[in-house]
Amino acid sequence: MEMPPPNPAILARKTRLVARLQEVLATDAVIHDTAETKAYECDALTAYKCPPLLAVLPSSTEEVSAVLRICHQEGVPVVPRGAGTSLAGGAMPTADSVILGVARMNDVIETDYANRVIRVQTGRTNLSVTGAVEENGFFYAPDPSSQLACAIAGNIAMNSGGAHCLKYGVTTNNLMGVTMVMMDGAVVDIGGSHMDAGGLDLLGVICGSEGQLGVVTEATLRILRQPEGARPVLMGFDSAEVAGACVSDIIKAGVLPVAIEYMDRLCIETTDKFAGAGYPDCEALLIVEVEGAPEEIDEQLGVILQIARRHDPVELRESTSPEESAKIWLGRKSAFGAIGQINDYMCLDGTIPVSALPYVLRRIGELGEQYGLQVGNVFHAGDGNMHPLILFDANKPGDLELCEAMGADVLRLCVEVGGCLTGEHGVGIEKRDLMPDQYDPADLEAQMAVKDVFDPAWLLNPAKVFPLAASAPRREVAAAAE
Amino acid sequence: MMTPKTEAALAELVAAASGPLAIQGGGTRGFAPKGDPLSVAGLSGIELYEPGALTLVVQAGTPMAEIDAALAKENQRLPFEPMDHRGLMGSAGEPTIGGVIAGNISGPRRIQSGAARDYMLGVRFVDGQGTRLRNGGRVMKNVTGYDLVKLMTGSFGTLGVLTEVALKVLPRTDAAACIMLEGLSNETAIEALSNALGSPFEVSGAAHLPHRPDGAALTMIRIEGFEGSVAYRADKLKTVLSAYAPGRIEADSGKIARLWADVRDVAPFHDATGDVWRISCKPSEGPALAAKMQATSVIFDWGGGLIWALTREGTDLRAKLGRYDGHATLVRADAETRARLGVFQPQPAPLEALSAGLRAKFDPRNILNAGLMQTRQEA
Repeated sequence: MEMPPPNPAILARKTRLVARLQEVLATDAVIHDTAETKAYECDALTAYKCPPLLAVLPSSTEEVSAVLRICHQEGVPVVPRGAGTSLAGGAMPTADSVILGVARMNDVIETDYANRVIRVQTGRTNLSVTGAVEENGFFYAPDPSSQLACAIAGNIAMNSGGAHCLKYGVTTNNLMGVTMVMMDGAVVDIGGSHMDAGGLDLLGVICGSEGQLGVVTEATLRILRQPEGARPVLMGFDSAEVAGACVSDIIKAGVLPVAIEYMDRLCIETTDKFAGAGYPDCEALLIVEVEGAPEEIDEQLGVILQIARRHDPVELRESTSPEESAKIWLGRKSAFGAIGQINDYMCLDGTIPVSALPYVLRRIGELGEQYGLQVGNVFHAGDGNMHPLILFDANKPGDLELCEAMGADVLRLCVEVGGCLTGEHGVGIEKRDLMPDQYDPADLEAQMAVKDVFDPAWLLNPAKVFPLAASAPRREVAAAAE
Repeated sequence: MMTPKTEAALAELVAAASGPLAIQGGGTRGFAPKGDPLSVAGLSGIELYEPGALTLVVQAGTPMAEIDAALAKENQRLPFEPMDHRGLMGSAGEPTIGGVIAGNISGPRRIQSGAARDYMLGVRFVDGQGTRLRNGGRVMKNVTGYDLVKLMTGSFGTLGVLTEVALKVLPRTDAAACIMLEGLSNETAIEALSNALGSPFEVSGAAHLPHRPDGAALTMIRIEGFEGSVAYRADKLKTVLSAYAPGRIEADSGKIARLWADVRDVAPFHDATGDVWRISCKPSEGPALAAKMQATSVIFDWGGGLIWALTREGTDLRAKLGRYDGHATLVRADAETRARLGVFQPQPAPLEALSAGLRAKFDPRNILNAGLMQTRQEA
């Protein structure tokens, strides 16, 4: 993975930079010892590593502002970091950059049940947002797989989704306001506890901008009342085509499940061995979950099961107890871990039109044969967000490169059928160089123009999202200007 | 009136324009910017509709009536319930999807389902230089690059001329019920609505009409879904809300549809004299804000988070409200008042600077609906 070479002039200023940052932060919040900066050399995309120049852990919006003002004056790139769980390299530093971690900012600022919002500092983990309101029967809907660890800051940067976004939407649909620090240190407030912030939808473009427009330090999030109950049903099918057709028919029927999850044979068998979920022996498995009171669930599942029966399922298993529900979800929730036990893997995230599911699954299988790599498929079928897991051996020379080449082919396939490169993980460095497969140069130019407005010096996470060649002129002008 | 038939022709017209252009779809929403009228109505038609994937791609000038009919055939709909402005604005013509998206127009169901912007999957547009651009796509989840889809939605044609939009649609619901509570004060009504919205019973409409012809205030809570589920939830909610007033359940679907269409389209203000304001606010602050307005009449939607206010002509409502968590849009007024007060709420200086910066990038000649969203900066 190519990254811009570090700027020697910045490296030479490290001592001065450390001294200036120590003036505005607690001593232990400026991490500059090379033994300690190593902890920030990568995120969850562990194939690529580079220790930063230093890392800072501010405790407040004011401190973030002070840090950014100094870095702006010194012309030093800043890489914002939530919990470091990005699968796309969104928080990977360069040697001449400062990692700005929000981990120490994890307070709940206000819970407001009457208006159904919570305001938090963005270092707070996703799951602990729900944790703060569940006693009163509320929850925060977006639920990425990493929700135990991932921070709201990263969720906003990547516009994270999750298994339940079929019904509740992704981060951008649940974000009502932010306090954001601009690269020059200015603090802006956008939106609040009201719906549809005034003026242009700045909130909409900030969410998902991968930390390139500003550092969001506080967020107002929509919270919802928990449903009375939820119940999954498990369905096994003989082929991907039939499972795909069943998904489409369920959606057309007017039922809106909270989740429709899909697993293929490799994932079924692997997770079954790993977690003992007791899954049936079949080619494709669906987990469909609906919510409501028991009678409402019966009504919805009645419609869903009737549709499923028309598709000749190998197995239909409706949960009758919380234990059975947990068992149905067990395999799906442990899928990534289980696959990780048998090999290293690369998790892709392309999204496709639901109607293209069978074709794309078949083509992925063919690509796997062509490259001689095993692929497992586990994904959010209701919205077409695929997660092909390509297995490889990191210790075998050339295997990572082979896996990446196949991954690129799979993502191009997603784009070809009318889909996109990434549905919820973000571009980061991982898919940066594939962006021209999705967008024309003018379209990328329009996106980069937005960054020009928010961060004219191109100092915030500059080597991400856009192909290096495309962003080079801007980054070089910025570097020359300091 | 320029009415190009293709995106390429539209792009050429924009590139060749020597002065301001007033972009319009059906011209029903009264944005009324200055400039040579440029109609998008010539770009019309459904490009792709996949009911099984809940996906609709249409050209921006497609009439809403055509879209509604196509969706109804498959028992689906645009869930955000966009209003029809014709009654309120006294305008004629065919509302188009482009106008709905340009204005991020969302109705009562916004409280449950989200706004127009939440259903936008992709856009094609022509920027102020005449460059044809696209962002997003046609899939449900997409974080590939910046979300210009959201930025374009609600930008009132000031960043680009929409030519095509891709939308997520949803199934229509089978049944509906509406719980009606009479005689509540604004404060009690908003508290009751908040209670309903904070319940697990999935309320899809929460409105309060304080001034009705017969004098009795009416609070309405809508529930939609499968028949059995609707009956169950209506009953539960009625019990919860009996703490405020002995409610009544309206189950006549035709009557419910009419009641909510009236809220959506602000029907009580259609024939009334005065300016019309639309205030987005923190729901619990709605009653106090309404009291400050000294308005002729108000309607609360979105559980109190949206207030429609009818005021004496020329009133500066923003001055009466001062600072609060929200903003006020002047929807209906004469040209002089619109020019004097501005359609949109002035933004804090740093936000106005960002917005001006974006307009300068996307429309460097300042010709697209010029000045429409530009507001005087707050001190």
